[in-house]
Amino acid sequence: MEHVSHLYEALERVVGFIYPNEVEAHWSVLIVLYPYLTGLVAGAFILASLERVFNVRAVRPTYRLALLTALAFLIIAPLPLLSHLSKPWRFWEILVTPHLTSAMAMFGFVYMWYLMVVLLLEIWFDYRRDFVIWSQQTTGFKRFFYKVLTLGVTDVSEKAIRFDEAAVKTITMIGIPSAFLLHGYVGFIFGSIKANPWWSSVLMPVIFLFSAIVSGIALVLLIYLISNKIRRVPQNMECLDTLGRYLLYIFIIDFALEGLDVIQRTYTAEESFDIIYALVHGHLFATHVVMQLILGTFVPLALLGWIQFGKVSAPARVRIYWLSSVLTLIGIFFMRWNVVIGGQLFSKSLRGFTTYKVELIGWEGGLMALSQAILPVLILIFLIKFLPPWQEHPVTDRAH
Amino acid sequence: MNDRLYKLSRTSPESTDLAQTAQEMASTTRRDFLKTLGTACVAIAIAPVAEKLSVAEAAKTENTPAERDWSKHKWGMAIDVEKCIGCGHCVVACKEENGVPKEPFYFRTWIERYQQFGDETVVDSPNGGYDGFPPETERAERLDKAFFVPKLCNACEHSPCVQVCPVGATFETPDGAVLVDPDYCIGCRYCIQACPYGTRFLNPITGVADKCTLCYHRIHNGQQPACVENCPTGARLFGDLKDQDGPLNQFLREHKIHVLKPHLNTYPKVFYSGIDKEVR
Repeated sequence: MEHVSHLYEALERVVGFIYPNEVEAHWSVLIVLYPYLTGLVAGAFILASLERVFNVRAVRPTYRLALLTALAFLIIAPLPLLSHLSKPWRFWEILVTPHLTSAMAMFGFVYMWYLMVVLLLEIWFDYRRDFVIWSQQTTGFKRFFYKVLTLGVTDVSEKAIRFDEAAVKTITMIGIPSAFLLHGYVGFIFGSIKANPWWSSVLMPVIFLFSAIVSGIALVLLIYLISNKIRRVPQNMECLDTLGRYLLYIFIIDFALEGLDVIQRTYTAEESFDIIYALVHGHLFATHVVMQLILGTFVPLALLGWIQFGKVSAPARVRIYWLSSVLTLIGIFFMRWNVVIGGQLFSKSLRGFTTYKVELIGWEGGLMALSQAILPVLILIFLIKFLPPWQEHPVTDRAH
Repeated sequence: MNDRLYKLSRTSPESTDLAQTAQEMASTTRRDFLKTLGTACVAIAIAPVAEKLSVAEAAKTENTPAERDWSKHKWGMAIDVEKCIGCGHCVVACKEENGVPKEPFYFRTWIERYQQFGDETVVDSPNGGYDGFPPETERAERLDKAFFVPKLCNACEHSPCVQVCPVGATFETPDGAVLVDPDYCIGCRYCIQACPYGTRFLNPITGVADKCTLCYHRIHNGQQPACVENCPTGARLFGDLKDQDGPLNQFLREHKIHVLKPHLNTYPKVFYSGIDKEVR
């Protein structure tokens, strides 16, 4: 009885007719967190590629920061998925006996490819020269640590550095489609479930992808703002304005795609339309309309747009970037929430709703989700401490 | 494959009861223990004979399960909605037979009641129909029509659950049943999300995905699924779709047949006769 007592509570709040096995929402807040974290990874990486591949020099101060952010969040990304499994110790079956028609089975491979081949390699090539220098300048454990990280490659000649740079550029070019794959496929996990009309949409992978880029840029923007504040370095307005501009542009595309999805659903008004309409206007009103649309989309879009058209002073712009990045991150979190939780609130009978309440304590509770959201930040702090990403003076850092 | 099918066809119902059995054993007194021991000795002594008898029954048409040609059959079910009286015997029998938890959130099969009051259709399924249905008294005079619809795994030919399982724990047998291998299932619940008919659940005792198996362990011993055997009106008809002259194909030929959610192209092997457009 103990293990199902919360289901009796949920049963009391069921509205209309649902199939009897549907009282429980099977994917919890952890599964909301999983696409959120992978989205941040993909977005941060694509931001990093702006500088390296598309030569957007203004965002150079955030290049390494974005890479480390992507790494920190990628390391934790599988954790919510893993702790959500009811048989977590069997997770390796996904890699050992993968079922090739399953989108979820691809996670292991896409993840390993992205972590091992793309991110770690790129970071290593980018930092190699610094590892060599730091291993000479430091002492004790740090010296040993950096020496190990050089993997024995200590050549810092002009030719070797040029090779490193070419390698980074090549990996980034491979990395961009990989980042698209990583998050596009997360959207595919939901979009390919034809049993669920809220999820089943060909636009789902594309929407996930663009919202991922939006969240990644917002995260790096926020981390950059915070890090400058902590390091007592003046905010680099050129960098911030460029980040803000890209955030706005991608946000507009993301919003247009989501709008298109809504318009298409409303216009075609298929069998499932009534229940989805009731879902959005009832059960998801607070999280979809208020949190995702108004606070998480309209407000940051208006603020970022205002900067482009109005004359806004630098301190005011900084404040707007603070606010917009936080609101955007909240908005994208609720976008994931509305997809994952929203899709489970209505019955496949299309006749009723169940409820979902985040428990505070428990394996899939709120505290667990919170700790898994904080973990990447702690990893990032560690990474920043040992691999300082600051490149305020590009000329002395590297000959470009 | 054959080993896996054989194992599942022999052990699936018991595996769900393991935790319960362990609990019962823990509370056994010495007298109970001796009784159990005695019974077990007798059971072990007669088991080969009993098994031979049961296998002999099945062997009237087939060889032993281990050597069986699993692709010779294609199991399916027809449900005559006009015969269903909503008594709930099938739901009870299924839970008993397969060790399905008794809480009202776990069903391998359940019954829905559809009541039409003018333009309004009311659907309910209190406790899945386990205890039957209370009569509608308040609005009885306004009731235009009412009928019961038993639901179960549709044993889809193109099963969305099989397609999405990341480790292949859910699979379709060559004879058309869709099963879960509890030793492989990682409990990700992707299959539960993918099933359009809501027939899957996460078993709280085993921690793996659970669903109707068409009583695979029974049908391979020449028996009927528990729900079919316990239906007092014969509303459920189980059979072999490859047997052209069999009772199932005969029923399908003689009735107007519908399947649930045909637009999803899952090709169910559970066929309904007499359902209304309201049924989803």
